[in-house]
Amino acid sequence: MNYDRILIRYGELSTKGHNRQFFIRHLKDNVKKALRPFGGIEVQALYDRMYVLLHGADGGQVIDILKSIFGIQSFSPAVRTRKQLEDIEQAGLELVRQNFAKGKTFKVSARRGDKTFEYDSNDLNHLVGGYILKQLDGIQVNVKQPDIELLVDVRKNGVYLSTEVIKGSGGLPVGASGKAMLMLSGGIDSPVAGYLAMKRGVKVEAVHFHSPPFTSPRAKQKALDLAQKISAYSGSMKVHIVPFTKIQETIHKGVPEGYSMTVQRRVMLEITDRLRKIHNGLAIVTGESLGQVASQTLDSMVAINDVTTTPVLRPLVSMDKLDIIDIAQKIGTYDISSLPYEDCCTIFTPPSPKTRPKLELARLYESRLDLEPLIEEAVQNTEDVFITPNETAQEEDFSELL
Amino acid sequence: MIYFDNSATTRPYPEVLDAFVKTSENYFANPSSLHSLGARTEKLLTQARRQIASLLGADENEIFFTSGGTEGNNLAIKGTALEYRSRGRHIITTAVEHASVFETCRQLEEWGFRVTYLPVDRSGRIKLDDLKQAITDETILVSVMHVNNEVGTVQPVEEIGQLLKTYPKILFHTDDVQGCGKVPLSLHGAGIDLCTVSAHKCHGLKGTGILYKRANLRLSPLLTGGHQERGLRSGTENTGGIVAAGKALRLVHEKFEAGAAERTARIRDALIEKLQEMPAVTVHTNPAVSAPHILNFSVRGIRGEVLVHALEEEGTYISTTSACSSKTRELSRTLLAMGVSEDEAEWAVRVSLSYENTMEEAERFIRILRQTITNLQQVLGRNQ
Repeated sequence: MNYDRILIRYGELSTKGHNRQFFIRHLKDNVKKALRPFGGIEVQALYDRMYVLLHGADGGQVIDILKSIFGIQSFSPAVRTRKQLEDIEQAGLELVRQNFAKGKTFKVSARRGDKTFEYDSNDLNHLVGGYILKQLDGIQVNVKQPDIELLVDVRKNGVYLSTEVIKGSGGLPVGASGKAMLMLSGGIDSPVAGYLAMKRGVKVEAVHFHSPPFTSPRAKQKALDLAQKISAYSGSMKVHIVPFTKIQETIHKGVPEGYSMTVQRRVMLEITDRLRKIHNGLAIVTGESLGQVASQTLDSMVAINDVTTTPVLRPLVSMDKLDIIDIAQKIGTYDISSLPYEDCCTIFTPPSPKTRPKLELARLYESRLDLEPLIEEAVQNTEDVFITPNETAQEEDFSELL
Repeated sequence: MIYFDNSATTRPYPEVLDAFVKTSENYFANPSSLHSLGARTEKLLTQARRQIASLLGADENEIFFTSGGTEGNNLAIKGTALEYRSRGRHIITTAVEHASVFETCRQLEEWGFRVTYLPVDRSGRIKLDDLKQAITDETILVSVMHVNNEVGTVQPVEEIGQLLKTYPKILFHTDDVQGCGKVPLSLHGAGIDLCTVSAHKCHGLKGTGILYKRANLRLSPLLTGGHQERGLRSGTENTGGIVAAGKALRLVHEKFEAGAAERTARIRDALIEKLQEMPAVTVHTNPAVSAPHILNFSVRGIRGEVLVHALEEEGTYISTTSACSSKTRELSRTLLAMGVSEDEAEWAVRVSLSYENTMEEAERFIRILRQTITNLQQVLGRNQ
């Protein structure tokens, strides 16, 4: 017996009262988008469950994709039968038999969502369990730690059976909380920050600052590769590549060394905020956490954040470096982040940046430069790249060679 | 010409040679170089890696390029032995492995490791029970080939993988040099930790191989240096060979999808049928448990080497057992392990097909073989 559908249990959605339809719609869209490469798949979103009808698609691959979609608490490959005891017994036997080897134990866990069904969950446990016990030689019941747990879920429109509960990513469906701009460097932190924002339902667009020839084309590719990794959690992602060379040179020449980085960060935030306005974002996400390097002290945050009143979300603010690295490894960005290319956070870094920059001085030094036309030019010339998890934004087509 | 020695090496596809030449001309820069020429080459390399990963059913970061099957097997086995020697010093393999596995295990024995060589049945397959019994607390690696290079037997690799899932400390390596593109293998599904592939057995070029290494698995490198291949295999990447390998694997894969393996098996079956009609011939390959392209048989009273040369005069190319050991005049370990007598082993030859071979060639081969055997038997004075 082959699974013909996957049953999806909603995460925190269940607690969201009247917003529920809104969340379910977002989740349904995200699931559909992620499964689009499979063609014939159908997604049914009901009030309390979602069903992915496989119509012959490869269940294993679908499962892998579902694991990375936020808003799913857990899911189970399942078969549906009619609401007849003999059908339930037959399908249950088949499913258990598939996983059975001599000496394995099992139990039946029935749930009766539809209270009009004639047997309650206890009856079902006994009846279906008893039937399987009789039919399968050498199988035993173990209710505490079974090798195989047969889940029987009686619903209005049929009975769903499965033997597996796979943990989902949790969180909220991406997009349900609105859109934000992620300041994506090439480092370890910012992709993790983007991932965590997505997990809370934020649709993320990345902003990357590029300073050729001081940063190499590979640093840009690295940012795109990072964006691609985390785009797996939202289905797709836009990356805005900001040409930053002129601004960086101007700041480097015109601002006292200790403040060049603070001013540079202020301008980056300013540009990001303008891009946010253009693309209708609501907030800005950064990978800052407290106290790691000079720019990440509270004083520094005050001096930089001064340029905007837009909420700046800092999902990593209280996290330890090791925890951040753990997540980066889990989502597959760590290896890319560890590549050695210079990005514009690391070049022009003065030997001793101020760890406690003063807001007034930062404003003063910045005001001495004529940055406005350069900022506007950078925003105008920003390059937008659209990224999906599977295809890369290849600049060259190698299909003739491969 | 009838070329029936494809398990020794295959003829590179013209498209593959073309890709090699173009890559070597236009993407000659070192992929580690910082300038844009290097970056372009690196991108091409990444694309090739991605394509090969998807063809093998692996992730991009699980693919490592080597110089070929021998290096892949050495790296998998010695790399595991060196990395995990503090866990234990026992390795399990089979009596029928390719020399690059067998001799590597021999060398490890000299270095103080203990190696169990599992026996095989008459078809050349190991028994899972034998494997189970060979496992000890000291075991760190099981290395079992997917398809035997001399006889074609397919080992129960997926079952072995299932069994070893219950022994998380034991790594599982399979030598898939002969099976790749011919007999499907689910690397992730079968619980394989390490898998060796060679490009020139699939119409790619010599000097390029692939080692699949499951993600998050540590392995000690054999070649250290400039940290290429994420530190596992230093040395400037063979971009041309790797791109050619990507192309070759794709073409072979497409042919497989179009039913080439079934077609090859039908040619092999027709050959077996005709061979069995010849009184002097004993077929050693059991088609029920074998890959579609390899066929091993003996002609009574005629040494394999003599038959190879006699057929060569007729423009027909086959080999004695495997090409790698045919120069050393050793009897086939595989055949002896299968219980074939020493005489029969000395008379054995191997026919190995590719997706390029045709039924017409098979028929022609049988006619030539009949005639050659008759001639040789007259000369050797051993008429039936």
